Formats: sequence, C-alpha cells, structure tokens
Amino acid sequence: MLRIIKPAVLLTVVFTLGTGILFPACITLMAQSLFPKQARGSLVKYHGVVIGAAHIGQNFTSPCYFHSRPSAAGNGYDASDSGGTNLAPTSEKLIHGSPAAAGSPSFTGIAQLAVEYRKENDLAPSTPLPADAVTYSASGLDPDISPANARLQEARVAAASGLTMDQVKSAVALHTRNRTFGLLGEPRVNVLAVNLEIARLIAASHKVK
Amino acid sequence: MTTNSIEQLGLYCLIIVLLTPVLGKYMARVFRGDRTLLSPILAPVENAVYRICGIDADSEMSWQVYAVALLVFSIVGMLVTYVLLRLQGFLPLNPQHFSGAQISPDLAFNTSASFTTNTNWQAYVPEQTVSYFSNMVALAIHNWMSAASGIAVAIALVRGLTRHSAKAIGNIWVDMVRATLYVLLPICLVYAMFLVQQGVPQNFAPYVHAHTLDGRVQTIAQGPVASQEAIKMLGTNGGGFFNANSAHPYENPTPLSNFVQMLSIFLIPAALTSTFGCMAGSPRQGWALFAAMSVMFVTGVIVCTTAEQRGIPAVAACNVMVHPTPGQPGGNMEGKETRFGISDSALFAVITTDASCGAVNSMHDSFTPIGGLVPVSNILSGEVIFGGVGAGLYGMLMFAIIAVFIAGLMVGRTPEYLGKKIERYEVKMAMLAVLVLAASILGFAALAVVLPINAHGYWNSGGNPWTNVNNAGAHGFSEILYAFASATGNNGSAFAGLNANTPFFNLTLGIAMLIGRFLMIIPLLAIAGSMVKKVPVPATSGTFPTDSGTFVVLLLGAVVLVGALTFFPALALGPIAEHLQMIHGKLF
Amino acid sequence: MSITTTPPTDHVKLRTTPEGSPRKTRKQSLLDPELTKQALKDALIKLNPVTVAKNPVMFVVWVGSLLTTGYWISEIVGHHGSPLFTGQVSLWLWFTVLFANFAESMAEGRGKAQADTLRKSRTNTVARKLVNGKEEPTAAASLRKDDRVVCEAGDIIPGDGEIIEGIATVDESAITGESAPVIRESGGDRSAVTGGTRVLSDRIIIRITSNPGETFLDRMIALVEGAQRQKTPNEIALSILLAGLTIVFMFAVVTLEPFAVYSVRAAGSGTVPSVTVLTALLVCLIPTTIGGLLSAIGIAGMDRVMQHNVLAMSGKAVEAAGDVNTLLLDKTGTITLGNRQAVEFIALDGISTEELADAAQLSSLADETPEGRSIVVLAKEKYGFRGRELGEEDAEFIPFTAQTRMSGVNIAGTKVRKGAAEAVKRWVIEQNGAISAQLDDITAGIASAGGTPLVVSVDERALGVIHLKDIVKGGMAERFEQMRAMGIKTVMITGDNPLTAQAIAREAGVDDFLAEAKPEDKMALIKREQEGGRLVAMTGDGTNDAPALAQADVGVAMNTGTQAAKEAGNMVDLDSNPTKLIEIVEIGKQLLMTRGALTTFSIANDVAKYFAIIPAMFAATYPQLAALNIMHLTNPHSAILAAVIFNALIIIALIPLALRGVPYKPMSAAAVLRRNMLIYGLGGVLVPFPSIWIIDRLLVLAHLA
Repeated sequence: MLRIIKPAVLLTVVFTLGTGILFPACITLMAQSLFPKQARGSLVKYHGVVIGAAHIGQNFTSPCYFHSRPSAAGNGYDASDSGGTNLAPTSEKLIHGSPAAAGSPSFTGIAQLAVEYRKENDLAPSTPLPADAVTYSASGLDPDISPANARLQEARVAAASGLTMDQVKSAVALHTRNRTFGLLGEPRVNVLAVNLEIARLIAASHKVK
Repeated sequence: MTTNSIEQLGLYCLIIVLLTPVLGKYMARVFRGDRTLLSPILAPVENAVYRICGIDADSEMSWQVYAVALLVFSIVGMLVTYVLLRLQGFLPLNPQHFSGAQISPDLAFNTSASFTTNTNWQAYVPEQTVSYFSNMVALAIHNWMSAASGIAVAIALVRGLTRHSAKAIGNIWVDMVRATLYVLLPICLVYAMFLVQQGVPQNFAPYVHAHTLDGRVQTIAQGPVASQEAIKMLGTNGGGFFNANSAHPYENPTPLSNFVQMLSIFLIPAALTSTFGCMAGSPRQGWALFAAMSVMFVTGVIVCTTAEQRGIPAVAACNVMVHPTPGQPGGNMEGKETRFGISDSALFAVITTDASCGAVNSMHDSFTPIGGLVPVSNILSGEVIFGGVGAGLYGMLMFAIIAVFIAGLMVGRTPEYLGKKIERYEVKMAMLAVLVLAASILGFAALAVVLPINAHGYWNSGGNPWTNVNNAGAHGFSEILYAFASATGNNGSAFAGLNANTPFFNLTLGIAMLIGRFLMIIPLLAIAGSMVKKVPVPATSGTFPTDSGTFVVLLLGAVVLVGALTFFPALALGPIAEHLQMIHGKLF
Repeated sequence: MSITTTPPTDHVKLRTTPEGSPRKTRKQSLLDPELTKQALKDALIKLNPVTVAKNPVMFVVWVGSLLTTGYWISEIVGHHGSPLFTGQVSLWLWFTVLFANFAESMAEGRGKAQADTLRKSRTNTVARKLVNGKEEPTAAASLRKDDRVVCEAGDIIPGDGEIIEGIATVDESAITGESAPVIRESGGDRSAVTGGTRVLSDRIIIRITSNPGETFLDRMIALVEGAQRQKTPNEIALSILLAGLTIVFMFAVVTLEPFAVYSVRAAGSGTVPSVTVLTALLVCLIPTTIGGLLSAIGIAGMDRVMQHNVLAMSGKAVEAAGDVNTLLLDKTGTITLGNRQAVEFIALDGISTEELADAAQLSSLADETPEGRSIVVLAKEKYGFRGRELGEEDAEFIPFTAQTRMSGVNIAGTKVRKGAAEAVKRWVIEQNGAISAQLDDITAGIASAGGTPLVVSVDERALGVIHLKDIVKGGMAERFEQMRAMGIKTVMITGDNPLTAQAIAREAGVDDFLAEAKPEDKMALIKREQEGGRLVAMTGDGTNDAPALAQADVGVAMNTGTQAAKEAGNMVDLDSNPTKLIEIVEIGKQLLMTRGALTTFSIANDVAKYFAIIPAMFAATYPQLAALNIMHLTNPHSAILAAVIFNALIIIALIPLALRGVPYKPMSAAAVLRRNMLIYGLGGVLVPFPSIWIIDRLLVLAHLA
C-alpha cells in the first residue's frame, strides 16, 4: 500500500507545484509581456479614469446613451457577481415580473420590459422588438446589444444628446462588429464603446459651442 | 436552424474530423511510450518527475492496483483541496480577502469532490467566494489531475481490450504524467496565450473600480483567468473562474474564443476514439465510435437549436421578434449573450453536455423546455457523445460491450468485441455501471423531492429541499433532476436556479459525483482486467464486424434505448410536460 | 471375414446425402394436445415461489401479481378504488407468470415424452449373467461393471458393454430411432453395445462397462428430461443482463412515485398513481418476454439437437457448437462416399480400351471389395461387358495380399493381374515384359489428380490403367460454401498422401486439409487452432480418436464408435452420420440467435408501452401529456390494461418461435444482424402499437375498461 501512497502523495505535490503555481506563473509572465492590455482586463480609460472594461457590459440609464440589455448580475451589471435570471420560459415571474417581497427585490418581467422599452424609445406597440432588448443576458455583463436594438435607440439618443442622427448612426456603425470571418457569432454593437464615442461627440459639440 | 447555424456546425464538425486522427495518433504514440516530437524537451522533465516521486516507469499494474492507485491519488487530491479551501484566509494571493469561513465544511466537501471527479459543479459564486490562490492551487490542479486520470483510465481500458494473454493494463502514474506533459501542457500553453490575446485577463490585481460614464461605480472582478480557462475547457472540467462561466465576457470574450473553446471541449474526447482505433490496430474501430457519437451530437444540435430559435410563446406575445433578421438573432435570448446569439449558445450547450465539460456560455435553466431537454438527455445518456476526456471513451466502450453482447447473440455466436469474448463477468460489470448511474440520479432526485426537512435547521435552512428550486411547475422538477444527473454524470453544468448551496444538496450532490466517477471507473477497470487475459478469436465472416454501419446503428440503439427507457418517465414529468404546458400558454 | 473390409449396414447410412440427413424420427407437432394438457398442469405447479424465484424477471412479476391481488381484495372489502381495474391487472399479471411457466413446461414436455419411451426399454429386463461359466438370471438393474452377460437373438441387452465374444446384428431403434439393424462384433471399433437395444441374431457375450444409473440410457433419459440442465455460459450472461435491466426499471418505477408526488404538488391537480398502476408499468417494462421464454429456448435447443438424433451431454456443448471456427471432417464417410470407384479405363497405345476393360473386369470378378465391384460395374456400363460366371474349375483366383499388392485370375493359361502400379510393373518385368514410358506418364497423371491408378496386365503385357477415384458426396461443395459464409473453416482429415488429399480437398471445396494424418497430427492441429483462439469441432469413432475428441471444443462421437470415443466427446450422434456436425453448428447458432432476437424484441417493445402508460398515469396531473397518447387509447384504465394484456399475450404468441428457434439461413454475421435487427428490433418497436390499440378497443367493447 505504501508503494501506492508514496507516489500518489508526491505526484499530487508535483501537480500542485507544476500546474497550480508554475503554469499560471508562466502564463502570467508571458501574457503581461506579450498582451499587457488584455492581461490587465482590457480596461478602458477616459480622461485618465478607468470607466470600465471593453468586454464587460455596464448599466446606462441616461437617455443620451445607448442602454445595455437587462441584467441579472447583482443589482444589475455587478461585475463581481455575474449570472442570469435562471428563470424558465414557463415562469410567471420571468414574463410578468414580481414585486419586491421579503428578502427579494422586485423583478421586472419581459412584458414590462417591453412596455418600458417602447415608452423610453417612443415606439408603437406594433413595433416588433429585438429579442435581446427585453431579455436578461447569461452573464448579466453582456457588453453588446444587437444592431437592431441599437437602431431602435438611435432616435432617442440623438434627441437626448443633441447630436444629429447621422452622428449617432455613424458612431453605432463604427462600433458594430460583424460575424467573425462572416461566420462565427452574431453581429453586435459594443455599448460601452459606442457610448464612449457618444460622450466624446457630446464633449466635442460642447466645445464647439 | 438558420443557414448560419448550419454553416457553423459544418465548420465545427469539419475541424474536429480533421484534428481527430492527428491528435489521436499522437496520443497513441504517447501512451505506447514511443518517442514523439516533444520528447527531446519533455523526456528529461518526465524522468525527473518519476525520480522525484519514486515511480518505476517500467513496471506495469494489474487492474486492481491501477484502481487502488487512482482512488488513493484522488483521495489525496481531494483532501488537499478541502484543506486549502478551508484555510484560504491564511493563504496568499487573496486581494479580496475572502475567508475560509465563506466556504462551509459541506461546501468544501462538495467542491473538492466536484473538482476531483472532473465535475466542477460550483455551488458558490466564485468571484465572491474563492481567492486567486484557491482558484489556481486548490481547484485548477484538479482540472489537470482529473483530466489526466480520466485519460489514463480510458487508455487502460483500451489496453485491456487490445492486449491479449496479459495481466497488466499499464502504469497509472506513467499514464497520468505522460497525459499531462505530452498532451495537456503543450496545448494549454498555446491555448492560454490565445485566450489572453482575445481578451481574457491574466493578472493578480485586486478587483477594479470603474467610474462609469453614467456616473456609477462598477466593481470589475479580475484574476489569473486565462491559465485556468484553457485547462477548464481542454480537460472538459468546466469549472468557471466566474459565476457566469463561459458566458462571462472575461472568460469568453469573442465569437472566436467561443469557437475555439467549443473545439477544445471535443478535441481530446474525439481524438481518443482515434487513439483507440490505433491501439486496436484498426482505425475503423475508432471511427465507428466516432460516427455513433457524431450522429447523436448532430441530432442534439439540430433539436436544441431549432427549439431555441422558435423562442417562447409568452415572449413572442409581447411582440418580440422570434425570427432572426440581419440585425438581431430572434429566438429565446433569455439567458444568452448577444455575441453568441442562438446558434452558438445552443451549439455550446449541446457540446458541453455531450462531453462532461459543464462549462456554459448561456443559462440552460432559461432554455425552452425542448432546448433544455437536449442537454439533460445528453447527460442522462451517460455523456458518451464524445464525453469527458477519457470518460467519454470508456463510457462508450461500456455501451459497446452491451450492444455487442446483444448483437452477438443475434448473429448466433458468443459475443466478441475486438475478437475477445464478452462473457458473464463483463456483462455483470457493464450492467453494474449502468445500474449505479441510474440509481444515483433517480434515487437522489427522488429523495430531494420528497424528503421533508425542517426549516431553519442545519440541513436545508429553507426547509423542504424541493422548495430550493427557482421555478414553479414542471420546470422545478427539471432543476432537481438536472442537478443529480449533472453531478452523477460529472458534468457540472446546471439548471442553475436551484439553490444548491445547502448542507443537504452539497452532501447529496457530492456523493453523487463520487459515485458517478468511481463506481463507473472501477467496473470498467475490472472489465479491462478481465479482457486483457483473453485470447482474441480471429475475425471471420461469422464474426459480427464492429467497424460497420450496422454496428454504429446498434450502438446508437443501445445508448438511446438504455437512456430513454430508464429516464423517460422522469423526463415526461420534467421537460416534456413543461413543453406541452408552454405551448398551451401556461405559466407558473 | 468380409465384414472388416465391407462395413455392414450402418455404413450404408453414412452415405446418406446431406440433404437427406435423417430428421424424421422424433419430430413432434408443436402443439400436441397431450403435451399441451400436461404443460398447462405443470405451469400451475410452477407458480410455487421457490420455482419462480430461480428466474429473477418472472419473480418480480410474481411478487407484483401478489401485491396487486392484495390491493384488489382490500378494494373489494373496503369498497374503494376500482376493483374491476385492479382485478383485471392482477389477473393478467398472474397470466404473465403462467404463460412463462407454460412455455417452459411445453419445452420440457417434449423431452419428458421421449424420456418415457426410453424408460420403457429399461424396465423389466432380465439379464443372463455369467457366473463361473454358468448363466444366472439377474435383474438388469443390479448389474455392475465387469459383469459378463450372454445375449441371444431376441434378448434385450441389459446394460452398456463391450462384446468380448461373438458377432450379432442388433436393433438399436430404441435409442437411435433407426430401424435398420447394425452389426456388432468383438474386438475392434464396433464392439460397443448399448443397454436397451435388442439382439436380432446370433449370440454374444458382453462385458458390462457401466454401473446402474450411469448407463448411456440413464444419461440419455436425464438429458432429455432436462433434469441435469445447467445454464449455459451465454444464458447466464444474458440472465445477468436481464436482471440488471429489471433492477434499472425498478429504479425508474419506484422513483416515479416521489416524482409524481412532486408533480401533483406542482400542478395542483391529479393524484399520485396507485401501486397497481406502478406495478403494471414495472411489469410492462421489465423484459418479461425474453425472461419468460429464456429457459424454454434453452430446453428447446437441446431438444432440437435430440430431434437430429444427437445426444448432447450439455447445453454448453450445443452453445459451443454455435461458436465453432474450425470444423475437422474426416474425408472418408463425411466428405467422400467412403470408397474409391473406377471412373475410367486408359489403354496404352496399341491396345483397345475394350480389351483393357475386358481384362480389368475379368480380374475383378472375384474381387468383392467396393473398388473391385466398381470396376465390374464400370466395364458393364461403359462397354456392355456382362459379368461372367466363372467356375472354380476354369479359373484360379489370386486374392489381394498386402505383400503382392495385386489380385487377379489365372484363366486358360493367361494370367490377368491388376494392382498397384509398382507391383504390377514388377510383375510384368518378372514375366519378361516391357514397361512403356507412357504407362508411367498415365499413372503419374492420375496420381497427381488425386486418383489411384491400378495397372492391368495380361501375362507379360501391360494393357493400361484403371482410374480409381474418391467420389465426393453430392452437395458438399455448397455446404462448405455456406460454412465459409458463416465464417467457419473446414479442414479435411485424411490418411491419403498430400497430392491425393489436395485434389479431393479442391473438389469438395474445403478450406484446408491434413494429409497422411495420424491421430497425434489431429491432436496437434486441434491444439494449434485453439491456441489461436479458435473453437474446434470434430467427429470421431475410434478409440484412437478419443484424446482428440476430448480436446476439441465440440467432439461428436459416432454411436457406432467405441465406448472410449463416446465418453471422450461431448455429443453422441446416434445415426453415426459425421455430416451432421454441420447441422449441430447451425442449431447452436440458432439457439443464441433466438435468445438475442427475443431480447431485442422484448426491450424494443417498451417504447410503445411507455406511450400507452405514461400519459394514462398522469392524465389528471398533466392533461397536456395526452399529446403522448399517440395510439389514442380510450381512457387511462383501458390504456394500462391494454399494455399489460399485450405484455402477457406476446409471451404466448412467441412460444412457437422460442421452441422452433428463429429461422436460420447461413449468411455472413453482418447480414444476419441486419436482418434480425430489422425484424426483431424495428418489429419490436412497431408491433405493440397496433396490438395495444386493438386490445384497447376490445376492452372498451367488452365494457371491461
């Protein structure tokens, strides 16, 4: 039995040192030197301040910005508490929401989100909404919205920010990514990137004035 | 299915088909002990490991020794993890100052069982619970060790089937060391760097506080993600660095990283079929298994994608688009990421449950009932559709033994596989494995839905365990069934709405994981030990060929029938009932 | 004695062509009324739990029946539930057990009937025991080993033994079913006699070779009665599989109860299924069809071997026959007719064929060997030479001896000789004749074609050559072709030289041959094949075959053979027909195929049963599940009952198949599998759907549900 236990223990030690410490250490060294920006979390700075991470979605409620998807991460876009609603398609709560109760905050259902989204963006009930606009993402940190979702928000953003429709549209176009190799994934608009663009444009327009 | 989803599936299959023989042959060389391209660099390391650990690389083991060694190794590893998790407050690399108290004894048991068994079920929110050190050292080492031991067991079983008139089935230490050094390590080095390039962080910084344009503060979790992400996928472990797992933009930032992650799940399991063919001296034997797996895989993708694309009637009723347009994906986007849409989410869900990976890039709990039926069926069928690294191959070989037994009788001969007779011992062991899995999944699930527990007690503070579900109606039952299927199948994915971090669930799920791993491996090693002694009968036209289309059909029949017949009633009360209710517009 | 060279009547039987191999004797109609009655009675007796417990699958049904019957009684007494439904379910569950018992009894019944016939020939025999040279009437049952007994015409031989003195014709029909008498004599390979057979002529003294209770007849009775039936290895493996599946389904059904509790709670409607319904589901799911028929299949397989007049010492041997990879067949008697025959006269230059034929016939007139007679016949058929009567005074016959290796006749001063080429050549030279090179060419040519050349000479002149040839039995080539398709290698064993052997092997179409074979060569060949993982079958009859028979995986001893051979082998062919080995192989395969096919069928049936029962069980809880009721069964009770009734009736419906075995055609394994998967796999999925639907309608029509 000792002939088995000895190598078992020693091999566990070797694995722990090799794969638990040495390997991550090597990768960290290589990553920090080869791809320092990504390795540090692809943080985005504006005027020297970290305003977020390129890949991490965040909450925007100001009408002059594009709004991200509904989020179930923490109290919304909590990037230290990722996750989805885990509600089923047959869930009353998912569709129609639930009021705040003891221990659980209120939850906005898809039907309510659709109403709010239409109201916010001044859309007729007959306007079909893109699915991503009213559904919670998996991570709660979805950095993207669909181009169709962005398109429905453009008029509101333009109106609220004082930018022209063309400016807003070109900002969206600039940060719209197509399918990788025309094949992988889905077309999408990075909300932080486009809002940063909007922020710059607003700042620029203030300067002109 | 949209054109795009068909194209993505086609490309995915093509690349797997191309990579399978390449890596398969390479692994056959590795486990035969032949020299490989990497030997000049790695052989000295390998020999050093043997020297340090006092391993005699030339001596081989009987199946009993092999099994005991695996058990001892797993117990040691499990203990290490348990202790390190409980002591994380005293250990370095803990910028968020997570304490060991956050990980209760039952959670630490559950987590160490989970990582040891390649399940990587996580009953906690990682970015709020475990330190960088815990992630790297306590948990990620099992990503390597459990992958290596899974591959080792598969190789040992293949040796049992292909050697003859022998006693030994290999040396587990050597198999694990070679699997790690020659297979996992080189791929992970390149893979991790690729992930960093795509945007996966690799740092030890404290969580970043960002001051957003909208005037809020966002705390962004950081960590050595890439080094863990690579082996998490390649070793079909699936334990996420973050709670949202591969849906988290830091774990899986782009469609390309997503595609590569999907490839890396199937890479080794698929290649092992080829390794099996090589070692059996007949590549067609491996391709037959590959074909059977592929048929089930593609069927699953078609069903799941179609169901997800059809969306949810109640959502469509709010005038939300279901059909895809160039500007939006349509379908059921609840619990899915924009960059992955319907196609990549459904594809990922099928892949991760076919294999015992359990990483998710979308929330299975929010899938449509039929879309969710596919992952749970994949798990219930024993995760033999490519399956976990090693586990998929040995699971499929177990089904092959059952299929061959019935087929052999039907052609009027004592059944043979690879020329070796399948006799009562092998049938007994294979049935034992089937039985144990069914008993664990159904038994624990039954316990969880009827066992009364006092509220505010130790075991389940919420009271009766069935109240821990996040969804009412039939879906709640699906959550419990999925949990025990996932644990027993060592998958690790979840209908994550279930609140499983209570002593009751931590304990039962932990036990289910240990049963699913070791009570499956031991009978299969016993089969290896029995088969290795046999003299192969030369194949004649009276032998039923196990590399033919007929065999593929038969194998499919065995997997589907055993799985479907065992679990149909449970599935009827879960996803099937839910689906029928959903189309009748019922909400709970 | 002429008998040694011209084997007696039983050798005639060896020439039976394979197509006409005797199957006649023991065939009984499948549903003989007498047997059926007995079987029904036995089926009831077998409800004894101790008997049922031997079969785990049926034991589960038995317990289920008891359980539902209990519920039925309590429902009647307590006036609750639906006793009509529960009662019917219980009834059909009991029927399920009964039907399985009935199948087994049917299979056993056929053997028992045979055993009774055999037993009759054992009773009341009085032996004439020799004690110190005097006969003493003794009960046959008290004879011990090494006792000596006398048997005369009309006596029944009191026990197994060996003739130590005399020769007799014996009627062995009691054992073989064959009415033609056989000759038995002391010394050599035909000295064994079997108890229960009858001496027809002459007087013999027999040394008894077995103790009471151990005789061939006793063993045979035990075998056909199935008293010593042990489960065969594959049967055990299959039983394990079936038991495993049964346990899996028990998990599925037992846990369904808590799952239903959850579902009723979640849906807020309906009730948890009753124990009766759960039991019905369990019985429908577990493989009762194969479980109920498994032992019947095994017994019927042994019985089929019996019908071919082969006595298998164990079911294992029959099963092994299905696995045989290599078949060793003796050339003489199995592949060829057993004797060489003249097929051609080849005259030397300058000599007419008629002259040669005439001389050849003349030389053979007194030759009573089959070869000699075939020369006379050939001359008559081809050249119209009638057999002539030659008186002793005209001619002096020269018999064949091992020294001269030729025979002939001296007639009117001319000396006609025929014989082995070398012998006659020497003779011609002694007579101052000359040998032409042509003669050597012809003899060499015949020899290389596998024939035997006999040279004919008159005085100093060599006239030409008679071509003797081994005649391969009709249909053998096709037979071997089939064997090849089944993946079985045939090896011909012969004492001939390799050249001759090769020619015959080619003509007969065997895969390989062993020439100039000695018993130890045969043994070596078997061992060699077995080392390569192959299973070997062979036939044999001589004492020197015994070690090889014992070594072979399937050793079929000829009933005409020695006691040693019969004890060494694991089967005895009562017809002593070596060709039958091929049929034994087929029966072995058929046995396994029947098990495999019914297992597949049984499991495939479950699909339809789920579709019948699951929607019915949860009709109130999840009415939407009615979408799964694709058979549109009328109501939950009718649906569940229909499935249970189908499950019981299918056992009855499949009894004939179980007893007869699935049809077997020699083809490759892949083709067989495709065919059986289609019939029993796909068929097993489809058949229950319409059947259950019809039963459902009938139940509703009869107001039973």
